[in-house]
Amino acid sequence: MSESKLVVDDLRKDYPGLPVLDGVTFDMAPGEFVSVIGPSGCGKSTLFDVIAGLERPDSGRVLVDGEDATGRVDPFAYMPQQDLLFPWRTVLANTTLGLEVAGIPRRAARERAQALFPTFGLAGFEDARPAQLSGGMRQRAALLRTVVQDRPVLLLDEPFGALDSLTRSDMQTWLADVRARFGWTVLMVTHDIREAVVLSDRVMVLGPRPTSVRHEVVVDLPRPRDLATTTSVRFSEIAAELLGMLTLNAR
Amino acid sequence: MTELDRRTRPDETANSGGGTANSTREMANSRGGTASSRGGMADSRWVGAWRRVGPPLVLVVAGLAVWQWYVVAFDVRPQVLPSPLRVLEQGWAYRGQLWANTLPTLEVTIVGFAVSLALGWVLAVAVDFSPWLRRALTPLLVVSQTLPIIAIAPLLIIWFGFGLLPKVVVIALVTFFPIAVGLIEGFAATDRLATNLLRSMGASRWEQFRLVRLPGALPRFFTALRIGITYAVTGAIFAEYVGATTGLGIFMNLQKNSFRTDLVLAAVVVTAVLSLALFALTYAVERLVIPWNQAGNGDV
Repeated sequence: MSESKLVVDDLRKDYPGLPVLDGVTFDMAPGEFVSVIGPSGCGKSTLFDVIAGLERPDSGRVLVDGEDATGRVDPFAYMPQQDLLFPWRTVLANTTLGLEVAGIPRRAARERAQALFPTFGLAGFEDARPAQLSGGMRQRAALLRTVVQDRPVLLLDEPFGALDSLTRSDMQTWLADVRARFGWTVLMVTHDIREAVVLSDRVMVLGPRPTSVRHEVVVDLPRPRDLATTTSVRFSEIAAELLGMLTLNAR
Repeated sequence: MTELDRRTRPDETANSGGGTANSTREMANSRGGTASSRGGMADSRWVGAWRRVGPPLVLVVAGLAVWQWYVVAFDVRPQVLPSPLRVLEQGWAYRGQLWANTLPTLEVTIVGFAVSLALGWVLAVAVDFSPWLRRALTPLLVVSQTLPIIAIAPLLIIWFGFGLLPKVVVIALVTFFPIAVGLIEGFAATDRLATNLLRSMGASRWEQFRLVRLPGALPRFFTALRIGITYAVTGAIFAEYVGATTGLGIFMNLQKNSFRTDLVLAAVVVTAVLSLALFALTYAVERLVIPWNQAGNGDV
């Protein structure tokens, strides 16, 4: 347990008259990619807000590298469902937003973000406006804004939910690739079982509200995962298992 | 006698104005040259501008023509209803007086509107930072809109005299509400997710305001500004109408009392032109301050 990057320990949270989190517990190893799936309305977003330090739990703790991080925002880089690129900023200025808030001088912030532009397929679009980018590029810019903050754990809330399926699978392949390169520790919420299996080392299934972790499936598919992986028998088995648990729990 | 007047005066005007007209035409020509050398972009912009301005212009010209015909055909007395041409002609003849009264009105409008803007911003920002103030002030803002200005304005004259102050207060009363409400709603319209994003980055409330709420509210602010500036001119005229030493409002009042309907209407035209000019100015300022909004609108 002591070598865990992130420990989520018995988180509980009620809104007035509405219990949402009913003792959510799990942990993540450094460099691990874990997905959270669950029936809609089960409290995934609340769980994310609590882990990210945006909301306080009624009880329970969040540990990062063994230290208490409950209610703290600084160990996490958070990517919300929408890209939330601001139209009044250029793409580069959007990606440096977190660094600016952290008080890093503008020039240093720009250099740091700009160094990542080629990897994120955004080279040459530094001075463009977000409206000029395609959906996939916007999402990559939002992810760049997230990772450039260089925080221990990345929290991705349905990062590709708004994209069409083709762009989406391109983005998944790309994300798996850059994650392997940088060794990020990623916790992702998704609705898409296929996406969860393609990207994750482990998938956790949440029950309906008030929610807790009901099942956990280790995705033992080799990496890198290409088209052959997603059409393999094992892939289908895992996906079917997850779908079964999800529908079982939704009832 | 009036027939003769009508025939000669426009000619004189045309002659005396000839020099200016020529030089304007030259300017237009040179501008046309740049536009065509720049290529189709500018041309299509002119076409677009014409498509916007053309239809209302046609309607206005048609309306004026009917008016002119009616007055001539039924020989209506100018004290009752002067023809559009007479309004123009008399307006031109009294251009010195009109101009001398336009400047004070413009001054009152600008000072009043500036006060209103400053108050609106201070209040909206304060409300955005304090939920208590929001609850306390929102009903008062609505109440300020229910005050019948027509009854309050003469009282303001009694309290504050014929100077600048009562007019500034009237303008502030009429324009303050759209500006403050536009700003307050603009700040509050900030996406909850955007707020969360900033919070996750560790942004203080002030940083959230500066980085997201403020720029996000600017498009709404400019909409409110446009509503406000047209109210401001009307407010100024109204305040002057009730009591002033100079200004278009008191000019209209005096001309009405001496049955110079044509001069009242000439002053109305000047008022409309003034309002339109200020209205257009807000677009120019908007384009300077938030150029990103144009591109954004085009895509959405």
